[in-house]
Amino acid sequence: MSVRTESPETRVEPARKRRTLPPLLVHVLAAAGALAVVVALTLVTDEFTNLRIATIGYYLIAVAGLTLLTGLTGQVSLGHGAFMFIGAYTVALLVRRVPSFPLWADLLLASAAGGLAGLLAGAAAARLRGPYLAGATLALAVGLPALTRKFPDFLGGSNGIDFTVHSRPAGIGVPELRWQTWIVWLSVLLALVLVVNIVRGRLGRDFRAVRDDEVAAALSGIAVGRTKILAFLVSAVCGGLAGGLQAFLLGTAAPGSFTPALSLSLLAAVVLGGLGSLWGALWGAVALVYFQAWSEDLADVLHLNTDVANNLPLAVYGVILIVVVLAFPRGIQGGFHRLGAHLKSIRRGGKA
Amino acid sequence: MQDFFDLTLGGISAGAVYAALGLALVIIYRATRVVNFAQPALALISTYLAYSVTKATGSYWLGFAVAIVAGTVLGVATERLLVRPLRHRSELSSIIVTLGLLLVLQAVAGMIWSNEPLAFPYAFDFRGRFSANDLFVVLVVLAIAGLVLVLFKYTPLGLRMRAAAFAPEVARTLGVRVGLMLTAGWGLAAAVGSLAGLLATPPFLFPNVLDGVFVYALTAAVLGGLDNPLGTIAGGFVLGVGLSYVSGYFGPEMVTIAALAILVIVLTLRPSGLFGRAKVRRV
Amino acid sequence: MRRSSIGAGFLAVALALTACGGAGESDGGGQQAADSAVGVTKDTVVIGTHQPLTGPAAPGYSKISAGARAVYQAINDGGGINGRKIDYKVEDDGYNPTRTVEVVKKLVLQDKVFAIVGGLGTPTHSKVVDYLNSEGVPDLLVSSGALAWDNPQKAPMTFGYQVDYTREGKIQGKYVKDTFAGKKVGYFTQNDDVGRDTQAGLDQFVKDQVVVKQGYDSANTDVTPQLSALKAAGAEVVVCACIPAFTALAILAAAKIGYQPQFVVSSIGADPATLSGLLQDFAKRGGASVSSGQLLAGLIGTGYLPDVAQTSDPWVAYFKGIHDKYIPKEPFTNTVLFGMVQAYTFGQALKAAGPDPTRRKVVEAMSSGALKGPGLTPFGFSKDSHAGYTGAYVFKINPDTTTAVIRPPAVTDRGTGAITPYSGERATPEQVNLVSK
Repeated sequence: MSVRTESPETRVEPARKRRTLPPLLVHVLAAAGALAVVVALTLVTDEFTNLRIATIGYYLIAVAGLTLLTGLTGQVSLGHGAFMFIGAYTVALLVRRVPSFPLWADLLLASAAGGLAGLLAGAAAARLRGPYLAGATLALAVGLPALTRKFPDFLGGSNGIDFTVHSRPAGIGVPELRWQTWIVWLSVLLALVLVVNIVRGRLGRDFRAVRDDEVAAALSGIAVGRTKILAFLVSAVCGGLAGGLQAFLLGTAAPGSFTPALSLSLLAAVVLGGLGSLWGALWGAVALVYFQAWSEDLADVLHLNTDVANNLPLAVYGVILIVVVLAFPRGIQGGFHRLGAHLKSIRRGGKA
Repeated sequence: MQDFFDLTLGGISAGAVYAALGLALVIIYRATRVVNFAQPALALISTYLAYSVTKATGSYWLGFAVAIVAGTVLGVATERLLVRPLRHRSELSSIIVTLGLLLVLQAVAGMIWSNEPLAFPYAFDFRGRFSANDLFVVLVVLAIAGLVLVLFKYTPLGLRMRAAAFAPEVARTLGVRVGLMLTAGWGLAAAVGSLAGLLATPPFLFPNVLDGVFVYALTAAVLGGLDNPLGTIAGGFVLGVGLSYVSGYFGPEMVTIAALAILVIVLTLRPSGLFGRAKVRRV
Repeated sequence: MRRSSIGAGFLAVALALTACGGAGESDGGGQQAADSAVGVTKDTVVIGTHQPLTGPAAPGYSKISAGARAVYQAINDGGGINGRKIDYKVEDDGYNPTRTVEVVKKLVLQDKVFAIVGGLGTPTHSKVVDYLNSEGVPDLLVSSGALAWDNPQKAPMTFGYQVDYTREGKIQGKYVKDTFAGKKVGYFTQNDDVGRDTQAGLDQFVKDQVVVKQGYDSANTDVTPQLSALKAAGAEVVVCACIPAFTALAILAAAKIGYQPQFVVSSIGADPATLSGLLQDFAKRGGASVSSGQLLAGLIGTGYLPDVAQTSDPWVAYFKGIHDKYIPKEPFTNTVLFGMVQAYTFGQALKAAGPDPTRRKVVEAMSSGALKGPGLTPFGFSKDSHAGYTGAYVFKINPDTTTAVIRPPAVTDRGTGAITPYSGERATPEQVNLVSK
């Protein structure tokens, strides 16, 4: 699902007209296939790996939203965690205060709340460039969770809000965690279908035009400000959904989970996976979950002194970021592209 | 009831620190168009080195000097090894690479000195409504800011550095060693940043001690205009005093929200900061 | 745009299939039986904990698990408990509740621990209490003074450890009322349940003496505005429900503005060794020195374990022996002692569970009320209460940073019950004989 702009030649060739399915249907079928893969995976792995699979799920949609914003429209946001915060608290508050709402309504509202915040943020940020936008979004990531301490009764203060979600209809004999994983991935894949359609459609082309040259885009009739705000909106809807799914999965929403470090990790995942690439979002999400786990295991295996062991995961993560940016600038997805191109050239060379 | 005067004084000395760290960010930005997210980590390592030296020798000022030198060296190394290779890539790459460096350095600090808070002394006596230390902080920051401005505006070195940043190709043809100027810019900025770290850290030193200050420093730099050192200094002091009032009258948990609000309001009215210059493109 | 609306419709329909029932409505799920021996083998017992080893809250708390580990090593070297060695797995949650949930699930699902011992922090641990109870995992000796751990009805697997904030607030309040009658009192408390629950106890005694209340936010280390407010209101006694970093910050800020109230500090922030470590370097350049001894002398605190400086106490001597053997490079502070006593208490509970421990047996051992050890006040463990230490003593820090007890241990409840002095017998290490030599 990499993002490629169509070149004019491939569009007007009446002689080679193939009957293709409409893209939306293709994407929905792909999503259904992916969901089948995920379900199969959860059935063959243990409960804790199921939790990790679910975690990859909600990080995937968060990273996808951010890669769309930063990769496609070139707006560097250091505050994506703020949208996850809004989504998580929306779900938490709804489950606690309006328990009769079904889960899907809570998740939709979490996405909508994120989107609303994205709209506001985008409007405020539309005229900001590069580092100014980065600074403003960082302030958003730092400042927004502090609201919980200002309104401790409503938002639960430093301890946050705890709740239990009952999403599994009676009669389905599946462990709770596995069912939650399926719900997470179902929501994520549906959202991704929408995102892919946007990215490959007219709006996606507008995004890339704005990123490449705002003045040229404006001259060719694109409403630059509105496009940038829309990008923020879409990415924040993804962020809100991700936060809502995280709250659902963990049964909690607390300010301590939404640190600036979260927003920076999401950005790192975007770059690691491949900027602007939706497959890259998947690799980035996997990296977020597994690099942490692997470096902890590494620290255990090496029997290091406590100070070193405690800080090793962070150090490893930082080193990986540096190495990837210096050596693999297009991220993991870029690496696959190069590999694929390499293999193709070998094949072509062999056939001659 | 809060004493307005006390809050103002407290805000001025806090603001001096934001101004200093913001200045470090601005120098680098003007030189290489990179926002150096590793700046707090470079300052952190320098401060930890100062701590070790002071503990070993008993002299605060020796540690101080070591910190400045160490900061310069770290800044130079960062520019040559990590930032130079990325000069022609998007600004996102350099943000991520400096971010990676931030994580590594904070982790290394924890590995070598542990995550426990360590007592770190003030330069001078800290007692008093506007103590000797507060005065020192403000004076030193103003002095450094003045020196930097004089350097950039009136010295040949400063001119070369500005040329290297603004029009590198032209500067190169005129004999300016562009690469060296960029490295010098980073070294200078890192030295200023280390100074800010030494001033901001007391009383306790631990790996995350400069995180909050960095956010406010970036806010100050953005407020003042990322290419305007004078604006950043002013932004730092204004922010320091403003946030002090917020903490005193509305409660300490409101400070980060207030910083966000101030930033949003200022940037909405002036997207390049209060004193920044908007880039105008001729089409 | 037609395609998007089709997509949106799809989304809504598909999600509606996920659940038609209310998300928050209870379906009356029950709890599993707790009589399993997961994590117990012929020669090991695996336990786990979550601690803030890195991150902004690490300062001060990362040493607790070091102390605990030393005690477990001592136990293992002495042959273990009923022949089983204790495998102690410490996971770092960085004081981030999201990570807490993840690492606790990892400990339960992947490492298959027998019990979680000493999970640290209220915002962090409160996220896993329901999970641990519904999975039937013993959740013992939580490192936090929140009142939530004492709920045998809803959380039968969960047991507290340190004295809860309200009990301690009552003891502090009574001491202030008796000793500083008529003086103006100010509160300086952490901006969350620590502060709120402590105030609930304090208000029972000194409410009419209070002239000002200030709070601090643990993310904001500039407390000068708050201390200035306390000074401006004329508070002569400041009750500080603070963690050590903020006790030290408050003392420094007070010194800065020339304010010298009588500080009365809660146990979580009153460890003299930690405080003097934090305050040792603030000598004035060229003038009278401001030593940590000077800054701390006269500070009043509360506690429930013997102070590490009291080497004549048999338990302190015992734990110092373990410290010197296993973690000699760590300073021997009350924080380390906290972790050591916690580990020791778990060891006692495990031993009382018998030669074939199961989760239910260890929970019963905890509720039996038979656990007596180093504490200067008793645990509140019984069938009806899972509260940890039920009281505290009051001490004063001397200029040489040793402490002197100025009010002997007393116990109380978390409601409006009276405070009664406690003079029960304290067993000695030899009598408990947990670790056979």
